[in-house]
Amino acid sequence: MPEGAFFVIMVAKIVVVFGLMLLSVSYLTWVERKVIGDIQVRLGPMRVGPHGLLQPIADGLKLLFKEDIIPQAADRTLYILAPAVALIPAFISFAVIPFGDQVRLFGQTIDLVITDVNIGLLYVFGVASLGVYGIVLGGWASNNKYALLGGLRSSAQMISYELSLGLSVIGVVMLSQSLSLVEIVGAQARTWFIILQPIGFLIFLICAVAETNRAPFDLPEAETELVAGFHVEYSSMKFAMYFMAEYANMITVAAMTTTLFLGGWRGPWLPPVVWFLVKLYLVIFLFIWLRGTLPRFRYDQLMRFGWKVLLPIALANIVVTAVFVALR
Amino acid sequence: MEWLVFVPLAAMALVTAVLVIILRNPVYCALSLVGTFFALSGIYLLLQAQFVAVVQVIVYAGAIMVLFLFVVMLLDLGHELPAWLQRDRPRLLIGAGAVAILLLELVIPVGSWTARAPHGPQTSEVVGAAGNTQLVGRLLFTEFLVPFEITSIILLIAIIGAMVLARR
Repeated sequence: MPEGAFFVIMVAKIVVVFGLMLLSVSYLTWVERKVIGDIQVRLGPMRVGPHGLLQPIADGLKLLFKEDIIPQAADRTLYILAPAVALIPAFISFAVIPFGDQVRLFGQTIDLVITDVNIGLLYVFGVASLGVYGIVLGGWASNNKYALLGGLRSSAQMISYELSLGLSVIGVVMLSQSLSLVEIVGAQARTWFIILQPIGFLIFLICAVAETNRAPFDLPEAETELVAGFHVEYSSMKFAMYFMAEYANMITVAAMTTTLFLGGWRGPWLPPVVWFLVKLYLVIFLFIWLRGTLPRFRYDQLMRFGWKVLLPIALANIVVTAVFVALR
Repeated sequence: MEWLVFVPLAAMALVTAVLVIILRNPVYCALSLVGTFFALSGIYLLLQAQFVAVVQVIVYAGAIMVLFLFVVMLLDLGHELPAWLQRDRPRLLIGAGAVAILLLELVIPVGSWTARAPHGPQTSEVVGAAGNTQLVGRLLFTEFLVPFEITSIILLIAIIGAMVLARR
């Protein structure tokens, strides 16, 4: 492939994925409100456009034109920087996730993944582990006790659940013998890893919800105790950036679940990209369903559950998988 | 070509490392250290050590520095240098001298060796063929098994020690 064509294809892939991601992020707010509305026997947004379909655009415009308030005692530099620090990792981890097989377009073979790195899985974990900075810095820079407590809670929570999250996928790595996400999808040609690794899948799913700070693990922003947690002082577009980061994280985590356990883009009849999106949105629906169903954990329950239940089970899962892989 | 990437990364590593020491606000110091880790991680990538590069980010930037920040934020440390450091000029000078000597001891041999030393067995081709992570794993469990196990035991002792101290 000539270098020029390679460059054009790369930029095109990045622009398309980034654009779709932004669109999904804004419309996920609508999906979430509609689904939660249905669960609670309400209509959800109905007024802006048919069935409230233009609501995300109205919300975006409103947030753009709101007054941007920076508290007087806040640390200005970090206060402004923190939402961006939260947003960037949420978007760049999608770079290594394969969303389809190879396609032929204009005489070029194009892999439907932005880049296939041989340590793709670790890259996603590395980038995801940085997301906590946006939250903890935002909480500290606001110079507000509620915000600080929310930020600290969230960092403790994310570090605790990252451990089990990392351990839960080691079974997948052992079975596929690779850290490249493209090869992990390739290894699921016959059986999806959800069948071979059901316990790993459950742990991964639970930790994924905790990592994205969503209900029932949404302690960093527990309204009843902390007002709004780490983003209590944020307004206007900076507030919106935190929310975009949360929804983008949700998409990334759902894409990782799909890639690691649900066979990625693999499936019969339909084209691969469609399969990928269907699985992705099913996982996201599950996240929203959880939020509509489960009450919030108490903080000590959360920590005990993470360290004394999930971590030992994840370790046991690795030992059992290792024995099976060795005997095979 | 490598210089185009190496020089900015090395400069970033040095500048952020100096900022860790000279900035007054401890939160900014901790963040500068995170910047140093990123620059180092980039240099590892340049050396084809992708595994080490990512682990550097996950372990240091993603976990250890978050705990550091945690402590710094909760303690709300003052922004001033401790009193003994402001008073004790001679001690500062001795420290700076020792650091300079150590630096020379590092720079001189490395500078004179790299030109004529033979390559080790792990060249880029070998690493590329076996896979970076696979090679690191194999070496850890064969050639470097004993140091690896000793490190594990030291870490275990540290964990138990921390538990004992915390219980007291």
